[in-house]
Amino acid sequence: MIIKDVLCPFCGCLCDDLAVKVENNKVVDIMHACKIGESKIRGHDRIKAPMMRDNKNSEFREVSYDEAINESARILANSRRPLLYGWASGLCEMMKKGVLLTEEVGGIIDNTASVCHGPSALGVHEKGLPTGTLGQFANRADVVVFWGCNPVHAHPRHMGRYSVFNKGFFTNKGRRSRKVVVFDVRKTDTANLADEYVQVNPGEDYMVLSALRAIVAGRVDVVPDTVGGISREKLVEVAETLKGAKFGIVYFGMGLTQSRGKYKNIDNAVSLVTELNAHGKHSIIPMRGHYNVTGFGNVCAWETGFVNAVDMSRGYPYYNPGETCSNDLLMREEIDAAFIIAGDAGAHFPAQSIARMGKVPVINIDPFHSATTEMANIVIPTKVSGVELEGTAYRMDGVSLRMRKLVDVDFPSDEEVLDKIIAKVREIKGASS
Amino acid sequence: MDLKATFISGRTVDQGCNLENKTSKAYFDAAGYCEMNSADAGKLCVEPGNNVKVTTDFGSVVVPLKICEGNPDGLIFIPMGPWANAVVDPNTCGCGMPGFKGIPAVVTPTGETAPTMQQLMARLK
Ligand code: SF4
Repeated sequence: MIIKDVLCPFCGCLCDDLAVKVENNKVVDIMHACKIGESKIRGHDRIKAPMMRDNKNSEFREVSYDEAINESARILANSRRPLLYGWASGLCEMMKKGVLLTEEVGGIIDNTASVCHGPSALGVHEKGLPTGTLGQFANRADVVVFWGCNPVHAHPRHMGRYSVFNKGFFTNKGRRSRKVVVFDVRKTDTANLADEYVQVNPGEDYMVLSALRAIVAGRVDVVPDTVGGISREKLVEVAETLKGAKFGIVYFGMGLTQSRGKYKNIDNAVSLVTELNAHGKHSIIPMRGHYNVTGFGNVCAWETGFVNAVDMSRGYPYYNPGETCSNDLLMREEIDAAFIIAGDAGAHFPAQSIARMGKVPVINIDPFHSATTEMANIVIPTKVSGVELEGTAYRMDGVSLRMRKLVDVDFPSDEEVLDKIIAKVREIKGASS
Repeated sequence: MDLKATFISGRTVDQGCNLENKTSKAYFDAAGYCEMNSADAGKLCVEPGNNVKVTTDFGSVVVPLKICEGNPDGLIFIPMGPWANAVVDPNTCGCGMPGFKGIPAVVTPTGETAPTMQQLMARLK
């Protein structure tokens, strides 16, 4: 059987045109996906059963789901400042339960945006976001900027489907309809495909953005000879390209959010795009990583009013990134238990933060053995969302789509595990109050 | 015989393909290496595949060397993951985001072996 219009549960492109051949409840062929999407759907070695250990350096022993769930609930119910982190590789339905569990235990809920586009949220709080959908950009954009992002590696079908090579309604010559500009600190594989590669000195993007804003505002006289390693002449040339666009789009990534300036880089990039709207139509959009990290921002915002890093310890949602983000909490040694689900803190936090996780009980809900599993006391395997479970996910541009189920498995879903933990936490808390 | 460099981390296709395969050799091959251009490698007198030690104010890690001519002089890259994490800056400057890019680093040739993911995590517990 070939299942058509399958969505890929890996990156924020959320490609929805895959075809997957399933025989005897096994995926045997995957068509149209990129190498990463194919690898994700084909799958890897699974954690076979729930496991527990008291000492993080000892071997795990297999336990029943009930035992692992009850012990997880006990740890969370008794902890004073639990961190509930991850969420981005799950479906919206389980994220909603995650917010509920956080409320029940008075914990902090944070997602992978914390080490990805968290600063973009702060930049958007400051300046708003002139944006649109990938469909609009695919059909209209004639000047395409990639700033500090490398879609050839991180979003392999992005350039083919949405931004560079695809033919759109007003971009019907495909690649020839568009001018592509890449800003980066190194000549990436994406830069190799650009019309213009602009090499920025590491950590100097903010200055380059400011220089471009000055030029767009007609104040080239205040721009020094070189800014961020780029000559004034080159900056003027790029500014002219941007101003000449009928429809310009800036796609940005970790090159802005993780380097010096962090959220201020986003603030400045949004300002540049806002000001370019005096000359043509211009939009900007973050290149979101996990396929449903955008979904978490939406679910968390409608449940709590905030997109991530929400502290429920006061009984109402409190949000102050820099105080309530995972790495701040870990580095201040405030956390006394960590619940890591649908994201791998162990593989993507600085070693010094992870070492703090090494001192507290860690509960890891994941289909696969991750770096967090190495730090865990309790491991609970679940279904792979979007392969073994259907539900809602949000593409990087905020368009919600229904993920499909391809095969049946016996593992419980994240949502089922969360429901059971919530019920048990209520039982424990009810008994002690 | 050491190289002063600026360190960044980031994604690669192979790192993405092995995100759910982290105990494998394939994940080590995909995320456990350090890239620099051949001029910088020449300064260190190291060949691709030789191990180098990358040290920052926040830690150090041993990984094999790869050449990438797209890197300007003095820019080194380790794919995001446990090997990069050993040397990144946990300080968030009050905005939640640690420093994963633009960290001053020193690279030296070494005869030490590169740790596996499990060995790196074992150091942290
Ligand atoms: S580009 Fe992203 S969503 Fe599309 S197939 Fe590749 S990994 Fe999946």
